[in-house]
Amino acid sequence: MPAASPRVGLFVTCLVDLMRPSVGFAAVKLLENAGCRVEVPETQTCCGQPAFNSGDRKDARDVARGVIAAFQGFDYVVVPSGSCAGMIHEHYPALFANEPETLAKAQDLARRTHELVSFLVDVLGVGQVDAAYDGVATYHDSCSGLRELKVKAQPRRLLASVKGLGLKELPGAEICCGFGGTFCVKYPDISERMAADKADDVTATGADTLLAGDLGCLMNMAGKLQRQGSPVRVRHVAEVLAGMTDAPPIGEPKG
Amino acid sequence: MESTSHAFKANVEKAMVDPGLQKALGMMKTGFQTRRLAAINKLPEFDRLRDQGRDIKNHVLENLDFYLERFERKVTEAGGHVHWCRTAEEARETILGLCRKVGAKTVTKGKSMIAEEIALNDFLEEKGIEPIETDLGEYIIQLRREPPSHIIAPAIHLNKSDVIDAFHKAHTHLDPDRPMDDPNTLLEEARNVLRPKFLAADVGITGANFMIAETGSTIIVTNEGNGDLTQILPKVHIVLASLEKLVPTFEDAATILRLLARSATGQEFSVYTTVSTGPRRPGDLDGPEEFHVVLLDNGRTNILGTEFQEMLRCIRCSACLNHCPVYSTVGGHAYGWVYPGPMGAVLTPTLIGIEEAGHLPNASTFCGRCESVCPMRIPLPKMMRHWREHEFERHLSPSAMRSGLALWAWFATRPRLYRLATGIAARLLGLFGRAHGRYGWLPLASGWTKGRDFPAPEGKTFMSQWAARRKAS
Ligand code: SF4
Repeated sequence: MPAASPRVGLFVTCLVDLMRPSVGFAAVKLLENAGCRVEVPETQTCCGQPAFNSGDRKDARDVARGVIAAFQGFDYVVVPSGSCAGMIHEHYPALFANEPETLAKAQDLARRTHELVSFLVDVLGVGQVDAAYDGVATYHDSCSGLRELKVKAQPRRLLASVKGLGLKELPGAEICCGFGGTFCVKYPDISERMAADKADDVTATGADTLLAGDLGCLMNMAGKLQRQGSPVRVRHVAEVLAGMTDAPPIGEPKG
Repeated sequence: MESTSHAFKANVEKAMVDPGLQKALGMMKTGFQTRRLAAINKLPEFDRLRDQGRDIKNHVLENLDFYLERFERKVTEAGGHVHWCRTAEEARETILGLCRKVGAKTVTKGKSMIAEEIALNDFLEEKGIEPIETDLGEYIIQLRREPPSHIIAPAIHLNKSDVIDAFHKAHTHLDPDRPMDDPNTLLEEARNVLRPKFLAADVGITGANFMIAETGSTIIVTNEGNGDLTQILPKVHIVLASLEKLVPTFEDAATILRLLARSATGQEFSVYTTVSTGPRRPGDLDGPEEFHVVLLDNGRTNILGTEFQEMLRCIRCSACLNHCPVYSTVGGHAYGWVYPGPMGAVLTPTLIGIEEAGHLPNASTFCGRCESVCPMRIPLPKMMRHWREHEFERHLSPSAMRSGLALWAWFATRPRLYRLATGIAARLLGLFGRAHGRYGWLPLASGWTKGRDFPAPEGKTFMSQWAARRKAS
């Protein structure tokens, strides 16, 4: 059982920090509502995936060292992204396999690190949220969260408790949207076609809202849907679960 | 075959605007996946079998020399011969020698990816020996003179009309106005053309799905039965296989067979599972007079003991291809060499070099679906990443990417400067993008914005807002 009021370090992630702070604030609210004391270490930057997935282990290690130092001492480290949480959880220990001292710290951090929604459900035992949303949503399972961290049922479970929200399953929800971090830069044409297939699947559901737990994928899917002229609103799942949907959907103008 | 892996991007460009290919890919996309899922859902112990399969192969790889020697001894005891070939060239020459010894004019071939790997058909043709592919898909692509685009469904990139065309052109002895619209008619036609060739062939060459150390047997699985005819009718049967096909016992093969067809086509078992042990014995009703195993290394032993060793567990089931969103977007030919998809992305660089095949392990989103379906639990994304590490270490990765990464890492390890830079970027991008909420075009991101909008940031970073909030409270 977690402590009555666990001390949680929020790893905002570089994309949320830069592109969509609303997701970070939604995460804070969800965690505080669940009884956590949330802190945001100031020295955090990025989890290091861009280097790690480009084969640059040295830079990946240097960046990871910063994350390990920034998040020492927290009961838990929570990340509103399956991909960055997966990086810390699955890959940090492998990165430091040959540095026993850092390895121990990396393993310790890995043990304490969770993706946001699965943390709420699996660790804190949250079964419902106090939020309302007017619309019909469909949910895309981002790859790392799904396959590395087994995030699948948890978001659906919490979404089911959002008042006014209808849920429609997305066919092929487990198929990659084509974002892939540096992949979308290196192979933009393949990436774009995968995003187009995803957008078609989303449109076919008839849902008016698309949700997922990773901002990279969300930006990719929103960008494709909007280029197609689709009216589908795209949001991070945390925004809906926290009832914080005042900010315009991803890629939409204010007002 | 000549590799075009270095031209992956150009291959992709072509593939993505090829309407016939895209249509064929669209057809295959869900078929394999739903059938596999249905088959494994009926087998509760599937995941346990995967562990067993993995362990069997790991054990063999750890004791490869022992099992290879035992296999050779058993083949010899059964009256067959094992030929050790280090390179593709040695394998080709060995096969040529065996064919020449019996004065072979034609050889029939069962489907074999190793034969593709050593470009056997072209070689035999050059030497005046006619190779005849007997697997329907292989036969079709042989007529079209193109390589397979899939490791178990070589002609998956084609539509029926392509097959009709190919048959029209090749089977000129038949009535040009014959009805050909029904797939069964096409099958029948291929059968009729192939049957006399089976009978006339001097040598039959097959691959092997398994080599069994305890008995010196080889096993192939097919759905058409062509393998049987290929190895029974001619005087000489040559099994061409790479050394990682070895398993200790029949029982081990049976375990992996339970994984193979389910992962491949969603069948519980392939239609034909054919075991060959040595040449015809006195009293046997049929079988070849000579039985040869051409054992190919071709760089595989170099992988032993490296971070790529696990790739040698691969049983060529194709599940990773069938579930790969990149493969199903670009098709197999785009990969430019024999092995496409995730397994090819790892294997190809080990066989033809990372300099030539560098794109392959990079063209992955690391979505992990391949690993999640691989019956042998091969960590494909991890090994693709290892290839990227090799490239990075050897300065083979593009310099723009390297300097971009270096700059990014410089900032990411200096939180204060990082804050400053992201703060400015968020503001600028937010400011210009605010009116529309997104960008239709962005410098440095034109690849993205060609077909997608780029969402504008909200304007202030989370960290700056959080700091301001803390100060206020
Ligand atoms: S890598 Fe795994 S899934 Fe792919 S062909 Fe080999 S065994 Fe099958």
